[in-house]
Amino acid sequence: MKLNYRIVIFALAIAFGIFFSLPSLTQSENGKKVTLGLDLQGGLHMLLGVKTEEAVKSHIKSIAASIKHYAERKDILLDSLKFNDESVSFVLLDSDDTKVIQELLGEIEGANVVVDGENISLSLSDEEVERTKKQAISQAIETIRNRLDQFGLAEPVVARQGEEKILVELAGIKTQEEEQRARELISRAAKLELMAVDEDRFARVNSMSAEDAAAYGDIILEDVANPNIKYLVRELPILEGSMLTDANVGFDQNNRPLINFKLNSEGAEIFGDFTGKSVGKRLAVVLDGKVYSAPNINERIGGGAGQISGNYTVLEAKDLAIALRSGSILAPIYLMEKRSVGPSLGADSIKASLIALIGGFILVIIFMIVYYRMAGIIANIALIANLLILLAVMSLFGATLTLPGMAGIVLTVGMAVDANVIISERIRELIYEGKSMHKAIEDGYANAMRAILDANITTLIASVVLYAYGTGAIKGFAITMSIGILASMLTAILGTHGIYEMLEKRIQKSKNNRLWFGIKG
Amino acid sequence: MEFFKYTKTFNFMGKSKFAMFLSVVVVLASFALLATKGLNYGVDFAGGTIVQVKYDTTAPIDVMRDKLKGNALFDGASITEFGSPDEVVIRMKTTTGSVTTDIGDVTREALNGTGNYEIRRVDIVGPKVGSELKEKGVMSLVLAIIGILIYVAFRFEWRFAVASIVALIHDISIALGAITLVGLDVNLDVLAALLTILGYSLNDTIIVFDRIREGVTKGRNTDLADIINESVTRTLARTTLTSLTTFFVVFTLFMFGGEIIHAFAFTLLVGVIVGTYSSIFVASPILLAFGFDVKNYHVKLAAKSKREAEKQRMRDQFESGVM
Repeated sequence: MKLNYRIVIFALAIAFGIFFSLPSLTQSENGKKVTLGLDLQGGLHMLLGVKTEEAVKSHIKSIAASIKHYAERKDILLDSLKFNDESVSFVLLDSDDTKVIQELLGEIEGANVVVDGENISLSLSDEEVERTKKQAISQAIETIRNRLDQFGLAEPVVARQGEEKILVELAGIKTQEEEQRARELISRAAKLELMAVDEDRFARVNSMSAEDAAAYGDIILEDVANPNIKYLVRELPILEGSMLTDANVGFDQNNRPLINFKLNSEGAEIFGDFTGKSVGKRLAVVLDGKVYSAPNINERIGGGAGQISGNYTVLEAKDLAIALRSGSILAPIYLMEKRSVGPSLGADSIKASLIALIGGFILVIIFMIVYYRMAGIIANIALIANLLILLAVMSLFGATLTLPGMAGIVLTVGMAVDANVIISERIRELIYEGKSMHKAIEDGYANAMRAILDANITTLIASVVLYAYGTGAIKGFAITMSIGILASMLTAILGTHGIYEMLEKRIQKSKNNRLWFGIKG
Repeated sequence: MEFFKYTKTFNFMGKSKFAMFLSVVVVLASFALLATKGLNYGVDFAGGTIVQVKYDTTAPIDVMRDKLKGNALFDGASITEFGSPDEVVIRMKTTTGSVTTDIGDVTREALNGTGNYEIRRVDIVGPKVGSELKEKGVMSLVLAIIGILIYVAFRFEWRFAVASIVALIHDISIALGAITLVGLDVNLDVLAALLTILGYSLNDTIIVFDRIREGVTKGRNTDLADIINESVTRTLARTTLTSLTTFFVVFTLFMFGGEIIHAFAFTLLVGVIVGTYSSIFVASPILLAFGFDVKNYHVKLAAKSKREAEKQRMRDQFESGVM
């Protein structure tokens, strides 16, 4: 027996395979392991869409709010400040202020301002609308990612897919309740608004329609706990959650959870100004369009700190604080695709595919030995090495093993021996032609090579296309197929060749073709 | 062990007329099935919802139907057993857009009082995603075929490429026909299986073609039918063996792989059988029918090697300084 470069490479490849597949096989804590796909370990996969037109609307609304605030500070008198989905308009009472207000409007990015005497209107340019929409998507991705990072699951995936879809993948969700919590956290707008209660007309709120309220520049909001309690508040909020810097869970004197929030300096200033001149009136704390509380303003509140009390559990308060901290989602998101697999189904799938894998593996191994004898055993060594390398490469690159991926491995078992079948048939043929053992082996490999290469490359082409165009679990199938094919070139061609080279003298000496190749003579 | 004697050459091409007839009949039957019964697109491509429910005991399908009645969301919902009497899937054409309360949650609520159950899987595919997946699916099949066509044309000759593509279309058509016949849902996994069949069947065809190419370039015989018979016979043991091992594993997958992978395994099972058949009885006869001219090919090969020799001679002269 002599060492040759092929057997050395093969041995190294097996060592590599064993070393890197061991953590996955033994499920040890250390080392890189194969990641199980959502369909095998259970989890939630969602594709979300963003209603970007809503982001444009809210952009317009906030421009209206800032015009109002600015005018009040500079003592500019405005009348009939109105806004719709596309534009803001108002009437300037004193035309001397035109210059000042135009300067302010000029600072608003991407705004088209039309001045017609005292009538001023403002709309967004097409580029600004586009930019707002794009930003809404990026902001939603960023926000969802922030929230999920704080949710407590390992490695949540939040990524952009295509132009305007958001992919969310959460592995390791154990219960329905947990999934529900996660979905609520993801989709919650978490839009905090501090709004002024319209005390002058408040008494009539129960008899008012939404149109009546709008005529006064008001809107009617419901109480979060009791929808029958209605509040009449000014439509333009005093403050928005974007000026929030921190939110945490705290407890009131009765030990009920509440949320403490802090505002940034600009927010604190506006808050101070407003509370200073609204003593005796009420301030509504509005979250996602529901009134959580409406305390009386007793004095000017400086420092920019506030509270949101509500009837929630500690867990709800915690999730809400996370949502507020991570910022609000400007445009509502909606569900485009969802795939949710329970952990018990995942475990069943693992069991079933393992049975198929082991069953198929044993059948192939036995069949190869019966048909080819020693050549079959050598092919089986290559097959085992192939599986080890496949697992090692997947562990090393952190590839995801899905149920179709398991099917790909099962299929690899069946197809990986193909190369050895082709080679063994060639060698048998050459032995029948009366060639020497050395010549039969060398020519057998040389003749088989071209066919194996062509066949494997075409299968690879199909796998690569599948990877490029497949989604989710199907990609897992393309991955295991491709790695399996590539590994089989190393093990079945190079590896077995090395073994034959090493054993060549022994094969020649024994002259037992039946033992070595399963044929007579 | 040996399945086939080395010394005997089978006359495959002599039987190719019958094989062709059989193939044409089966392919036409598949087309007829596809045209009349039609493919049954699953939620991946058609959009819709699947809810998989497992009960402690036998699933009370009639009670479930009753509970779902009345809500427009469940109109046209079908409930079928899934693998075992305890487990069922509810298939719906409808979807919902809310993230917090989706159609899966509504189903869970609606089934209240039908016994002890666990919702094991919810798949919701909105119409937009469904049509995108369909588009991508068709694209992937077309691209894979084009890629393979180019590769085979480059490595062999255009007639080989066309013959192998005809064999592939033959295989895919029959597989689709079988899926329609059994009434399986066509989802992403079936598409993956079809692409695998593409690769597998081609694998088989190429092994045979490689032998034919070898016979054409090295042999003295210029009768293509003889060369093909000889090549198919020489590769017969390999074709049978690999098909058997692949069949073994696909069969275990089909039997033990679980209900979710059933459609995938079934498609592969059909594909392995048809793919093996087509590499012998479809691809090779077509090559013969196309009138691949061995003599002509020999002339071309000779011209090619002559050109290369000439080039080499020029280079040698140039390098030794003689012009």
